[in-house]
Amino acid sequence: MKKIAGKLVFALLVLFIVIPVAFPLIWILMSSFKTQVDITASPPRWLFEPTLQNYEKVFREQDFLKFFINSTIVGVSATLVSLALGLPAAWSIARFKQTKLNLLILVARIMPGIALLLPWFLIFSRLGLIDSYTALVMAHVIIGLPLVVWIMSSFFEQVPLEIEESARVDGATRQRTFLSIILPISSPGVVTATTLSFLFSWNNFMFSQVLSMERTRTLPIAVYNFVSYAEIDWGAVMAAAVVIIAPAIVLTMFFQKYVIRGLTMGAVKG
Amino acid sequence: MLDGKFLDRHAKVLFPLPAVLFTLALMVFPVLYTLWVSFTNWNLASGLPPRFVWFKSYATVFAEPRFWGAFVRTLYFTGIAVAAETVLGVVWALVLNREFVGKRTIKAMMLLPLVATPVAIGIAWTLFYEPTIGIANWALKLFGLQGSRWIADPDFVLPALAIIDVWQWTPLIALITLAGLAGLSQEPYESARVDGANGWQIFWHITLPMVAPAVLTAVLLRSIDALKTFDIIYSTTQGGPGFASETLNIYSYNLSFNYFRLGQAAASLVFLFALVLSFSALVARLRRRLGL
Repeated sequence: MKKIAGKLVFALLVLFIVIPVAFPLIWILMSSFKTQVDITASPPRWLFEPTLQNYEKVFREQDFLKFFINSTIVGVSATLVSLALGLPAAWSIARFKQTKLNLLILVARIMPGIALLLPWFLIFSRLGLIDSYTALVMAHVIIGLPLVVWIMSSFFEQVPLEIEESARVDGATRQRTFLSIILPISSPGVVTATTLSFLFSWNNFMFSQVLSMERTRTLPIAVYNFVSYAEIDWGAVMAAAVVIIAPAIVLTMFFQKYVIRGLTMGAVKG
Repeated sequence: MLDGKFLDRHAKVLFPLPAVLFTLALMVFPVLYTLWVSFTNWNLASGLPPRFVWFKSYATVFAEPRFWGAFVRTLYFTGIAVAAETVLGVVWALVLNREFVGKRTIKAMMLLPLVATPVAIGIAWTLFYEPTIGIANWALKLFGLQGSRWIADPDFVLPALAIIDVWQWTPLIALITLAGLAGLSQEPYESARVDGANGWQIFWHITLPMVAPAVLTAVLLRSIDALKTFDIIYSTTQGGPGFASETLNIYSYNLSFNYFRLGQAAASLVFLFALVLSFSALVARLRRRLGL
């Protein structure tokens, strides 16, 4: 009897965690299928006839497909560049204990974005790079690069030195060892770093808000623009929110083990 | 093959070189540029070329009540948000720190707020907070409480925004603490139980000190980000009503991209950066002092 009561209390406690976490997302999803009449009803309606008109609006009236593609282009490019720059740097930091270098790259993590955005805006304007993919991707690399270095240097530290040395005795160069032995061993880390750096780029608002215009506009800006105009079409706004949040959630669920590790590792390592 | 050998011999320099050059060009140089701008009276709206004025822009900014208002609000917002996240996050972690069916699902669910696009979340909460059609007031009335104007109320806008931050980031503290709890050794627990310690004593004297490093790091990470919060505030209130939710980051953004008072914007940004940096250094020292 006492055991059952304990289990019940525990289930209740878990419910107290689950409901607040999940409810806002469920409400967004529900609202995206409501008509304007249902969504502006007071009190809020729990039962309603679902409609797809909001999604139709988002893709037909607003060019969301284009913003979706833009976000993907910027996210993928920024992630690839971050990996290309960050992986060798992280290995070198781990292998040669280059702590000062590590510190330099990690400062980007605590830097207020606007302190960079102000000079970027001035410089990129002068170079005619406002509203270019180049400028956006470079800005997003400043988010991705510290992530890659942070995550990967701790993965590389765990690779035993002997593995590398035996390869070198066999005559392999450092770059060969790195590419064909160290990187494959550390592939869980690479998956973690890739997923997180794409997610952070996908969700970034501030940099794109200033550096992108008509041509390169990304999803967060498009969603934001939905509410800055006159009367708010709440249904369409919620549908737009779903369009931007859903890919991030699908990606996270697919790689959940890696995402949890990436988000929590810095702290546990100490 | 000569190139290959060259790269091999100088790996220590050449491997990190591209990342370093990139960081110098896109971070170090821009920061120095911002520092230089902060010593000028540059104002894009005036059309005049920038003039070096030493600390005059700082003086102008520091003389503005609006700046100090933003400073206090930044600390207030960060303080209440991170405090609530820490308490809730640690409690959640303690509840979930056992084996049960569905634990993996719940951990996966806790990731959702963390990866959901902040701008979209901010906009969605604007609907939740809508006084007549929003779900927030509906919930209050369910408990017999009076409805609030939430983000439209100058006195309540910051706590209301902090609630959004708490919803989004408590799971991070919970997950980090949970990971810290999972790594604890069982020995002290066994000997404590032998000595007849009760649940509370075990938590206070054994669990808490042992997870403290993980929790403290989580708090540091969260505070750094909370001090710089932008997306949530900009997408809901843009600093309003009036200036009631204008934090330093929003203030600097407005100075830069709405008023084009670049010199003053840069001065305020240098201040914000110094604030974040000294906070990080303080926590790092605190950790060393406490031997964590």
